[in-house]
Amino acid sequence: MTGPFTIKAIRNAVASGSTSAVECCEAALARIREADGSIGAFRTVDPARALSRAADIDRRRQELAHLPLLGVPVAVKDNICTRDFPTTAASRILEGYVPPYDAAAVERLTAAGAVILGKTNCDEFAMGSSTENSAYGVTRNPWDRERTPGGSSGGSAAAVAAQMVPLALGSDTGGSIRQPAALCGVVGLKPTYGRVSRYGLLAFASSLDQIGPITGCVEDAAVAFEVLAGHDPRDATSVVYDETTAGAQAPESLDGLRIGVPRSLIREGVEPGVLEAFERALAALEGCGARISTVELPHSRYGIAAYYLIATAEASANLARYDGVRYGVRAPGEDRTLAEMYDRTRGAGFGAEVKRRIMLGTYVLSAGYYEAYYRKAQQVRTLISRDYDEAFAQVNAVALPTSPTGAFRLGERTADPVLMYLADVFTVGANLAGLPAITVPCGFTEGRLPVGLQLTGRKMDERTLLRLASAYEKAGLPPHERLGPVANQKPDQPE
Amino acid sequence: MPPDLSTEEVSRIAKLSRLSLTPDELQLFSRQLAGILGYVEQLQALDTTDVPPTSHPLALTSPLREDDLRPSLPREDAVGAAPEPDQEAGFFKVPRVIGG
Repeated sequence: MTGPFTIKAIRNAVASGSTSAVECCEAALARIREADGSIGAFRTVDPARALSRAADIDRRRQELAHLPLLGVPVAVKDNICTRDFPTTAASRILEGYVPPYDAAAVERLTAAGAVILGKTNCDEFAMGSSTENSAYGVTRNPWDRERTPGGSSGGSAAAVAAQMVPLALGSDTGGSIRQPAALCGVVGLKPTYGRVSRYGLLAFASSLDQIGPITGCVEDAAVAFEVLAGHDPRDATSVVYDETTAGAQAPESLDGLRIGVPRSLIREGVEPGVLEAFERALAALEGCGARISTVELPHSRYGIAAYYLIATAEASANLARYDGVRYGVRAPGEDRTLAEMYDRTRGAGFGAEVKRRIMLGTYVLSAGYYEAYYRKAQQVRTLISRDYDEAFAQVNAVALPTSPTGAFRLGERTADPVLMYLADVFTVGANLAGLPAITVPCGFTEGRLPVGLQLTGRKMDERTLLRLASAYEKAGLPPHERLGPVANQKPDQPE
Repeated sequence: MPPDLSTEEVSRIAKLSRLSLTPDELQLFSRQLAGILGYVEQLQALDTTDVPPTSHPLALTSPLREDDLRPSLPREDAVGAAPEPDQEAGFFKVPRVIGG
């Protein structure tokens, strides 16, 4: 395969017969063999299954030629159920577990003609911001192998950044699509809560979780979003909303669109190189016709605190199902009682971060603490959502750096949970308020680490986000700094 | 000030959470959980009088459906992924709960 490594290029080439799905699949598998030994993006790859699926697509090419992901090799985060691959959420407690069904998002990828190559590494049960909480080893950032790819969807972001696949699924509870996408220099979209079915996503915090695409460019994110979004009666929180985002990336002028910047949030704690790239991105958006103004999100500084109380409370309930009875692993040995079996299985099966969060969640929901912690956090969630409502009365989107820093070193934050949590300071707001948000690469820090521009939009208004991000992508960076599909350097082969 | 979590308190939470912890984990978590609770203490500075809590980003009404029979997971599939399935009986096996 030659030419740009994008969904559109691959799909068109396969549909027209100028290349085959098998060739595309072989190229992606070769890239994984070549690069993944030093990155560790994948947990599981099944070349035989992928090639057989690709051959099937080639046999039925004319009948399937209209499909939007025809023959496109893709990867799926390991907390999303696949009946053809083990699904462990990077936890020992689910070692070897093969779900008896596909997640709705996986069904949709397959129905659109995609070829699933394998499952990507992540923080255990998506709890983390560096992918270091995986029970099966770390994933390294393709731009600097001594640094984390971010997390929790670090394997998905690294796989796209290293051009192993043009599309990988992630999940985002507090920033887990956007932060790793930003740190790996790729595009990540967290859809509006309810737009993509959570059926088959291993639940972490059900009022915050959303599945979304990680891609090399905005146009691919738009194509993938179109495939993934839609009502699903198997997810009680799935919304009925069918407006298409197709063509959102067509008009390059942003005349009439207004972008708000919560200046008071970025006065401190943001790395200088990140801030400079962010300011240049705003200037580029202004150059495309957007109007930039200052907005206030006065309660967003409390977002991390509210988020960690709400998310852990929900997690403590959701993870109760991992008890050594119905799936996964049971700790070996003789148990006198059922309770003893639960305690030992969960004690041995969960890693440290998952235990911390289950205990924090149990604590804040327990008698005597519920009002002071959990209910208080839910009230602050209301205040944060209201701030966004007020901002969106003035502007179409809110801009922030996706992450306050570039990719951090492996091991740098693992000893300090609170420091790790602060990686999500600019991303949790969209989850708490249920809003869509996208990250698009906007340059580099002084240390040549990618920086992401985050745009958060009104509920159900992915279209405006894709339009802004696409215009920025085309205009914002000089060609030699442009990442994604037209990268003139592979990230692991610096010039 | 955040409540300082004693190892007894952490043991109590671990029991409620159905987690067996090693002595080292007890020490580590009592320090770390106190640190996290110290961080979230900032919320107490906010006046939230009369602010309704948000439990969910969508104004949801529970979707209902007719109570009719629909296709579902075959029993052998549902039981098949268990650590100790009993496929013949269609059960999950667990340690004795009653008597014993």
